[in-house]
Amino acid sequence: MAYDKFNILKSTAVPMPIENVDTDQIIPARFLKATERKGFGDNLFRDWRYNSDGTPKEHFVLNNPIYSGKILVGGKNFGSGSSREHAAWAVYDYGFRCVVSSFFADIFRGNCLNIGVLPVQVSPEFLDKIFTAIEADPNTELEVNLPEQKITILATGESEPFEINGYKKQNMLNGFDDIDYLLNIKKGIEEFAESTPL
Amino acid sequence: MSKTLFDKVWDSHVVQHIENGPDVLFIDRHLVHEVTSPVAFLGLKNRGIKVLYPERTFATADHNTPTRNQHLPVQDPLSANQLKALEENANAHNIPYWGLGHKKNGIVHVIGPENGITVPGATIVCGDSHTSTHGAFGAIAFGIGTSEVEMVLSTQCIMQPKPKRMRININGSLNKAVTPKDVALFIISQLSTSGATGYFVEYAGDVFKNMSMEGRMTVCNLSIEMGARGGMIAPDETTFDYIQGREYTPKGSDWDTAMEYWKTLYSDRDAVFDKELTFEAGEIEPMITFGTNPGMGMGISNNIPMAETIDGAVATFKKSLEYMDYNEGEAMVGKPIDFVFLGSCTNGRIEDFRAFASIVKGRKKADNVTAWLVPGSHKVEEAIREEGILDILEEAGFELREPGCSACLAMNDDKIPAGKYAVSTSNRNFEGRQGPGARTLLASPLVAAAAAVTGKVTDPRELMQEEAFA
Repeated sequence: MAYDKFNILKSTAVPMPIENVDTDQIIPARFLKATERKGFGDNLFRDWRYNSDGTPKEHFVLNNPIYSGKILVGGKNFGSGSSREHAAWAVYDYGFRCVVSSFFADIFRGNCLNIGVLPVQVSPEFLDKIFTAIEADPNTELEVNLPEQKITILATGESEPFEINGYKKQNMLNGFDDIDYLLNIKKGIEEFAESTPL
Repeated sequence: MSKTLFDKVWDSHVVQHIENGPDVLFIDRHLVHEVTSPVAFLGLKNRGIKVLYPERTFATADHNTPTRNQHLPVQDPLSANQLKALEENANAHNIPYWGLGHKKNGIVHVIGPENGITVPGATIVCGDSHTSTHGAFGAIAFGIGTSEVEMVLSTQCIMQPKPKRMRININGSLNKAVTPKDVALFIISQLSTSGATGYFVEYAGDVFKNMSMEGRMTVCNLSIEMGARGGMIAPDETTFDYIQGREYTPKGSDWDTAMEYWKTLYSDRDAVFDKELTFEAGEIEPMITFGTNPGMGMGISNNIPMAETIDGAVATFKKSLEYMDYNEGEAMVGKPIDFVFLGSCTNGRIEDFRAFASIVKGRKKADNVTAWLVPGSHKVEEAIREEGILDILEEAGFELREPGCSACLAMNDDKIPAGKYAVSTSNRNFEGRQGPGARTLLASPLVAAAAAVTGKVTDPRELMQEEAFA
């Protein structure tokens, strides 16, 4: 499925300064029973967000109206654990288009890139600066500039470059997906398969 | 040029290298289950395409299945719907489907090797992070997301940047009661849950050479818990003995040809790794976790570390202990527990049941403990009966359930209630992993058995010592 194009995103951000946020927290397994990709945002961070009776947990950041925006800022090792793409879907479906952290788990990072959520890895120092800026003013905006591969805290003007491989960058800019690419080289794949016995 | 085992297998599967981008990697065998595949099949339907190589694809139901009364219709309508979707998709695309009740049904990472789908030198993927299990055979095996499941179904390829190479060496002999699970939990406690992110790990040294295939699978299974995409062990006689004669392994002259290739699958003597770590087997004790990620583990006789000694975020560490309702500096031995779970793709194989039975034999399940013993597959279940293990378990007051992922991720009814403590042989102790509010202590089947008969965290060596004097 081709996805939204990503160019420059300017938005306030939701801070979650917790390390090792695993995909079981992002979307617990009991919400993985759907056969279609819809509605996962309702259960994003379900058990941190809601009490067992379904009432919101007051102190959780997503329930705090002063924080909002299309950017989620998490602590080190964000998205560890299960490979469930549902975690990335939940992040997307809730309305986030970018996740910022000082370190991402591998599969979660790949899943995000495959559905059009941009994972931006920054230095631990820059991550601290972002958290500090949002703490000082929840309306602080971040600018994520994909063409220039740069993230900026607009209030202070501080910025840092980020990495993304050239192929994925083009996909994100244009809303292309990997399957389109693979289907285009199908003949080569079939030749390869013939030389690779089961 | 000298190559690592990982390089040899990876490089031979690259269909195309994209400059400043990923490799297009050919996938030999694709395992499919009910939870991460329906949206991928829907994608194929929307594009109007069929599965390219159904003969390289295998489907089973495991994540969402009940572990009792599997002959009856599945009660939960959402689970039933997901199982039905898999069966329909498998049928529509001519994929072999081993659903509930099928004699080859079981946890995807148990049945792959059991049926000879897993072979050395192959690339194997599945929409499940514990696909790393199959690396025990010298295969490159790793978990993928649903978009990638769709890629493999439609083109038998995925696009992946090549990971870096890491080798973990452990030499010497393991101490008493130290199992492959303890070896893995020890490594993760040393590396943390992100210590191997970006790497593919090769395990080398005496400890792995002397390990059974079941043990190697347990170790490779847990590679993802240190952040690695996968782990692998060079195939040897132990590997070849295990796979020979299984349903999907090559036969006759095909076997001989395959063996010629498989025997070249090792890291060359001067091959270079991006990172190399070495531990001594003697350092390792039976392990247990005390926190909410698999890196928060320690030797069972130790005390929970003090926050000030932690390398990393103190706030996250404290949040974790708060969830567990534990305090810094406390001993784990003697802590009361409520549940024991033996099973999962980590420790749901016959050897794990043998180990569990060796401790509970002649003892009784503690009254305060609810125990869920879930074999990884029907074949494991069959072996448990044939070897007389079932009798030992039943005499000690345990019940054997039917195969599936069960309480490892608690998608079915096997949920640990909020606030309760479970000693679990599974792979993740994340908050709520085994049920909302559940508290998980990861450990080996021996530690789980010791807890099951004493009702508290117990060093299994104590029970084994008693036997030595008996």
